[in-house]
Amino acid sequence: MKRAIIYFVEIIICFVLQSSLYPFISLARVMPNLLLILVVSHAYMRGRTTGMLIGFFSGLLVDIIFGNVIGLYAMILLLIGYLVGYAHKIYSRDDFTLPLVFIALADFAYQFLYYVFEFLLRGKLDFIYYFRRLILPEIIYTVAVSTVLYKLLHTINHALDRNEFKED
Amino acid sequence: MRRRSKFNLNPKHWLIIGLIICISLIVISFRFNEYLYPVRNVVGSAISPMQKGINIVGSYISDGLDTLSSMKELTQENKKLKDQVSVLSYENKLLLQNKYELDELRELYQLDQKYLDYPKVAARIIDKDTNNWYNVFTIDKGTRDGLAVDMNVLAGNGLVGIITECYYNHSKVRAIIDDKSAVWGMFLKTSDTCVVQGDLKLIEEGKIHVQFISKDAEVEDGYEIVTAHTSPKFLQGILIGYVSDIKLDSNNMTKTAYLTPVVDFERLSEVLIITELKEPLIKELPEEASSIE
Repeated sequence: MKRAIIYFVEIIICFVLQSSLYPFISLARVMPNLLLILVVSHAYMRGRTTGMLIGFFSGLLVDIIFGNVIGLYAMILLLIGYLVGYAHKIYSRDDFTLPLVFIALADFAYQFLYYVFEFLLRGKLDFIYYFRRLILPEIIYTVAVSTVLYKLLHTINHALDRNEFKED
Repeated sequence: MRRRSKFNLNPKHWLIIGLIICISLIVISFRFNEYLYPVRNVVGSAISPMQKGINIVGSYISDGLDTLSSMKELTQENKKLKDQVSVLSYENKLLLQNKYELDELRELYQLDQKYLDYPKVAARIIDKDTNNWYNVFTIDKGTRDGLAVDMNVLAGNGLVGIITECYYNHSKVRAIIDDKSAVWGMFLKTSDTCVVQGDLKLIEEGKIHVQFISKDAEVEDGYEIVTAHTSPKFLQGILIGYVSDIKLDSNNMTKTAYLTPVVDFERLSEVLIITELKEPLIKELPEEASSIE
């Protein structure tokens, strides 16, 4: 229960920071995808089910506030959470580089699907341009931010684990 | 939460359940979009005060940093500006006198003062879409303050965009530089119409596409483009920007050009909303006369 509340607060904080601190944290017109970092790092630390749940709810929030179609981003993030959740098998407490690779891959997948759904379907075919101008900068910025954010989430998760262990 | 996990469902089953929920949500939102309005309204109303708060904190901090760094410059500037104020206020008086005269003359000619007279409401931009692909932003006024969908948004003296969704205490505005935006424009001097179409690729250069200018239109670089009378949603005569690089299309029938908007979209923080809608075309007299509003 405590865990659920903390996840909920994390989702809200990441969403609000990402959407309203835009003018202060954007570099080269892109901003880091905090919600994706949240989903991927929890999927990596806790496995498929947690990754899916967090992905679903954070995607749903994005859909409700910004999307035209409710459910699309919930589905994308849910799938990302599920797939990254397989990596939980090779989870190690001291490894801080592997999650960054997953975050980069997941961000690419997310952006690519975004491009397909919102731009390719409207006949905008110049993928190379969009890749260079939006996708690549965002991946770099997201990975840079996740070096700090992953550490923070990892510490929170670790503290929760210990807490639960004590209760049991 | 914990009780659920005691069922010990396989993650694969969770995935299938999640996917089914998502797909049915997508279908629902395509078919019955209007039923989701209250959901969006409630969630948005809960989130937007938080965003507003963060925004205030953020601007407070950055303002504070700015003040520290430029205190000295400011005192110097202040001195200069004070001198300027006295000069300008004198000039202003002269201009006001001229304005009164102009007003009288206009009345004589029975000219409509175009968009100066529209009722306006000021609002602050509180957040922007969470991805980098679009230029849709949220403002901190909504139906509570008399706004409605399709109201035009201005900043300074140029067009910013249009309200696409309107909720109790916030609304969403699509900027004209957005990739999905298209506005009917008109050359102020020659009355030739054109379509002002946002393009993600041109945002970096601060420009917008202008398409479908008639081949015969005698237009030159630097002409002003305003919203056209043909536009169903935009009020007539709002300045959009200045045209440049006019070229004949390869189809030899239309011309395209670039447009530099008068609004600085990079540094937009406050906007004005015209609380008057363009009158819709009504074919028949509605049954209740009071519902025309």
